[in-house]
Amino acid sequence: MKIWDPLYECMPREDLEQLQLERLQATVNRVYKSVTCYKKKFDEAGILPEDIRSLDDLAKLPFTTKEDLRLNYPYGMFAVPLREVVRIHSSSGTTGKPTVVGYTKNDIRTWSNLVARFMTSAGVTMDDVVQIAFGYGLFTGAFGLHYGSETIGASVIPMSAGNTEKQIMIMQDYKTTALVSTPSYAITIASRMEQMGIDPKSLSLKVGLFGSEPWSEGMRKEIENRLCLHATDNYGLSEIIGPGVAGDCECNNGMHLYEDAFIPEIIDPDTGEVLPRGSIGELVLTTLTKEAFPMIRYRTRDITSLHYEKCDCGRTLVRMKKTMGRSDDMLIIKGVNVFPSQIEEILFAIEGCEPHYQLVLEREGDVDVLIVRIEVTENIFFDEMKKQKSFVEQVERKLHSVLGVSASVKLVEPSSLPRHEGKAVRVIDNRKR
Amino acid sequence: MLRIKNINTYYGQVHALKNVSLHLNAGEIVSLIGANGAGKTTILNSVSAITPVRDGEILFEGKNIAQLTPDRIVEMGISQVPEGRQVFKDFSVADNLELGAYLRFRAREKRTIIRSDIEDVFTLFPQLAQRKKQMAGTLSGGEQQMLAIGRALMAKPKVLLLDEPSMGLAPLVVQDILRVITRLREEKGTSILLVEQNAKAALKIADRGYVLETGKVLLEEKASELLENKDVQRAYLGKDKKEIWER
Repeated sequence: MKIWDPLYECMPREDLEQLQLERLQATVNRVYKSVTCYKKKFDEAGILPEDIRSLDDLAKLPFTTKEDLRLNYPYGMFAVPLREVVRIHSSSGTTGKPTVVGYTKNDIRTWSNLVARFMTSAGVTMDDVVQIAFGYGLFTGAFGLHYGSETIGASVIPMSAGNTEKQIMIMQDYKTTALVSTPSYAITIASRMEQMGIDPKSLSLKVGLFGSEPWSEGMRKEIENRLCLHATDNYGLSEIIGPGVAGDCECNNGMHLYEDAFIPEIIDPDTGEVLPRGSIGELVLTTLTKEAFPMIRYRTRDITSLHYEKCDCGRTLVRMKKTMGRSDDMLIIKGVNVFPSQIEEILFAIEGCEPHYQLVLEREGDVDVLIVRIEVTENIFFDEMKKQKSFVEQVERKLHSVLGVSASVKLVEPSSLPRHEGKAVRVIDNRKR
Repeated sequence: MLRIKNINTYYGQVHALKNVSLHLNAGEIVSLIGANGAGKTTILNSVSAITPVRDGEILFEGKNIAQLTPDRIVEMGISQVPEGRQVFKDFSVADNLELGAYLRFRAREKRTIIRSDIEDVFTLFPQLAQRKKQMAGTLSGGEQQMLAIGRALMAKPKVLLLDEPSMGLAPLVVQDILRVITRLREEKGTSILLVEQNAKAALKIADRGYVLETGKVLLEEKASELLENKDVQRAYLGKDKKEIWER
């Protein structure tokens, strides 16, 4: 498979670390000079830019959190005057103010090339027709993939999210070969195609680039089977650059994180301490090439692990595991840490289980109760009470053995759970804290 | 080829380079840009040990050269073309070039080989060939610059440190000098660290660049991207100085 930017993607580790140190020192010098928030934070921590003499010294710098971005809303974290910014994106603020990020002309070019890297490793070439079913707007996903495709030279269909039947019609008529969407929307498209009696083999789909929400290996297989394409994962977040932080290669053993542009660390989300290589923890990212919106040790809240062993594809870049969820999505049930993604993984592993589910948390007296709602399909023997009962027991047993807490499974009518065109909301927490 | 890590250089009490890290790959042209006093020349002088570093690493082909003397550094393959040419004005052009091979004479290298290298310099700079018997002081500024480069080449360097080669030269002559720099890289594979006031011209022939300010590196980017960077344009390329957005 082709490698978009072999100079950086396959750089010997020693050269890469020199480049990272140079860029880290330059970034730290720059933010100390031009971003008040960083100057204040460094001063409070008693750190000068000159104290960063090795990559390990990064750990001396204070973290940056979403709260910092909110406090400096809208432009306080920009490192260049607004007139040098050619694009503004924003991430949704579910609580309080949204966060605003900016890009210079060079930042847009850097971003396009980073996206082109993972699209190329997914197999997209200039011969492909890429249908982008991410919502265009303040969200970075659609634009990132759009620029990446154009940089490669593929043909872009900027569909935006929603209007599933039209998406399917365009896929048929325009002979789309690459689909870009959230994994949950890919399932929605597959289900609609089944209802409409369209055989996915009759389409030209070759590859899917799915992202913007955590999804399991099971869901990957499900999408691959139902849409007859090769499903790939990529990772990114608006605060850092958007999509283009990391992406799958053909070896399918984790996403290569573009370390010439970002330095990753894994920390303990509670203590903030940097964890040894290979540990599971919260991903922290520092940007090395951003001009308008540099980020120093940004706490992504995403839970994952990093693996430095050599990859067969030839890239020397570290591999990041699929995100297991967000540290703030982590549910504490009866004192046990549970990630919704673990539950999804379990459900997909059980034969006959549908991808539509919902987690409901209640408190009865002083006890937390986890209810897993699963949509019934013909596979789950809708009309045979006995088989239904044994299916429920099987799922409950499995959940208990993996999670360490008991859950009660409730089967619900087909298509009764809400469908999502953007990011899926699968957890309802009714516990009063 | 050349890898610099956390060097600190002082002029007496003045801390001129603060934790500077940079690298130069084989066959690369890297430009250092920044205002006067930013530390560009100090970086070149630190590498060539004219102003030795107080601490930090300078790795040349994997060996730390930070504590070596200037002549050892030339021997290893790093030559500097100093600011203001500094040719020996009362010596002929040919003698100036021979002096550039001083260490090779000392090492008893065959004179015929050195002579043929002088001919190579004349092929590169035909103007100098016409004036080989002339005193260097009688040459024009552009010719003196060519001579200074030629003299540095006589040591057969793998890395060339060029300090302000276009200073005080007419625009057309500047073009000639820059063309020669590009040719050196293409024909001999020489790696070049280039300090230039004329940032735009330098970035046009460079692969990458570092922006310096008060002894610190502020930016490392592809030369083509630095040309587009508004900060660089405003500060070093002389564009729209006044229009700075006020927070």
